[in-house]
Amino acid sequence: MPGNLSYRQQKNLLIVLFLLVPLALLAMFSLYPAFYLIYLSFMTWDGFSPEKTWAGLANYKEVFHNREIWAAFSHNFVYLGWGLFQNALGLLFALLLNSRMKGRNAYRVVLFMPYIMNGVAVAYMFNYVFNSEYGSLNTLLHGVGLDSWAISWFGSPKFVNHVLGFITLWKFMGLNMVIYLAALQSVPSEIVEAARIDGASRAQAILHVILPNITKVIELNLFLTIIGTLEIFDLPFLLTDGGPLGASETFLTMTMSTAFKFNNFGMASAMSITLIAAVIVVLGIQRFVTRRWGE
Amino acid sequence: MSRGYGPIGLLKHAVAWIAVAIVVFPPYILVLNAFKSKTEFSQTSVFKLPHSFLNFENFSTVLHRAHLDRAYFNTLIIIVCAVIGNVALGTMVAYVLGRFDFMLKKLVMGAYIAVSFVPTITTQVATFTVIHGLHLYNTRWAAIVLHLGTSVLQLFIYLQFLRNIPKELDEAAMMEGASLLRIYRTIIFPLLAPATATIVIIKTIDIYNDMFIPYLYMPAQKLAVVSTSLMNFSSERSTEWELMSAAILMIMVPIVVLYLFFQRYVFAGIVNGAVK
Repeated sequence: MPGNLSYRQQKNLLIVLFLLVPLALLAMFSLYPAFYLIYLSFMTWDGFSPEKTWAGLANYKEVFHNREIWAAFSHNFVYLGWGLFQNALGLLFALLLNSRMKGRNAYRVVLFMPYIMNGVAVAYMFNYVFNSEYGSLNTLLHGVGLDSWAISWFGSPKFVNHVLGFITLWKFMGLNMVIYLAALQSVPSEIVEAARIDGASRAQAILHVILPNITKVIELNLFLTIIGTLEIFDLPFLLTDGGPLGASETFLTMTMSTAFKFNNFGMASAMSITLIAAVIVVLGIQRFVTRRWGE
Repeated sequence: MSRGYGPIGLLKHAVAWIAVAIVVFPPYILVLNAFKSKTEFSQTSVFKLPHSFLNFENFSTVLHRAHLDRAYFNTLIIIVCAVIGNVALGTMVAYVLGRFDFMLKKLVMGAYIAVSFVPTITTQVATFTVIHGLHLYNTRWAAIVLHLGTSVLQLFIYLQFLRNIPKELDEAAMMEGASLLRIYRTIIFPLLAPATATIVIIKTIDIYNDMFIPYLYMPAQKLAVVSTSLMNFSSERSTEWELMSAAILMIMVPIVVLYLFFQRYVFAGIVNGAVK
């Protein structure tokens, strides 16, 4: 039997050995890049040359004064609108599938499916839906005589972000739904039944008994959505490359092309830090709001 | 409450079916057209059924031209290496944090929580230079190493399971002279299996669907994974829709099948991850 001292030695050895690799990975690929990003944001650097020159706050000033960046950022709000709609639908379908209904597990499995699909495949699949010539949507519109509606969806600066927002909704509604559904299932059925026995209608029971019980999860989903819309990247990157004429750029597609297309790593770092700051502010607000509810 | 097909019951099913139709419509169109030949595609409406669902020519053409066999292989290697490493390291960290008290425990936990606030995609500008510095650029190791690390969500799932493994088991084993390493190997790791199953499935889906890491760090053609090989194929033949349909399906279907088989674990992982 190991004595007290040797147990302690054994314990310390185990802690060091077991944490060595994980902490090295954490340091190399998460902590160091985060700090290096802060450092780079004060530099002018093309990403390759050994020379980095001090730029002070110039990169940040540029982030806040550059109109193109703000225009791109404003497109993120289109996604936010679709994201809020996506949340409402997620809640609606969660309520639906939480009620007694035949085949509800099958419905859940199908409605969640887009979330686990490969993002690149989904993007190109919708390219096929919204393509102006061969696309199934325009074929359908021509078929029912709505020829004037059959526009070039990705070519229209007015519609392009809404099309991408819709695709985001298509892919992520199931995620919201599944989270809401788990929350609904944790609402004790006794209190709902008690309300019904007291004469509350179905709608009243939902509004006054069920929803107040899941406010925390509604908040959680909303904040997940807000952060998700700040980080929109894949769809415009794959489908429009920010076009036409920058109409579908988002903050992150601008950041990535600033770094990897225009080799302006300092500027891109300042943009990344700005975005991270925005995410932390949003999460901070969430913590604050959640705590207030908790009391 | 309406259990059967009263008016409200019917309405519920109607609403659910509309949603199902919207979800299924785009993949359905792909299925119709992936089986059409080039001339058949150009002459028929996209909504028309193909002459035969046994015409697999597009699929075999795509397999060769887009080098999907190689892409599946590369993806599989990365998934196997990263998932095994990730589970090993994840259970180790959870064991240490869940069972022992030590000086820097709070700091370690805090570090994992802190980095979870920083979206990984935003730090790629800096990670890029790290990968370069380690000479991992354009190797499969870039993806493996970047997917190896434990995330907070994973830690929470493991710690939650660990709490439910009675400490008396550890103590009884220790009485019989087992070392801590042995306790981890023979008690903790096997009893964490349900959590591991969830994490393996979620992680596999994550890596399979990841586009950004392979796109950024493994641009060499011969290292292309499923996502990047589809991107390459699309830039070459985006106008050959019948081929693109087949290619998209071939990338999409494996993970959908995996999901259908292991949905229980997928939902467990998603719900655990979100609500924590």
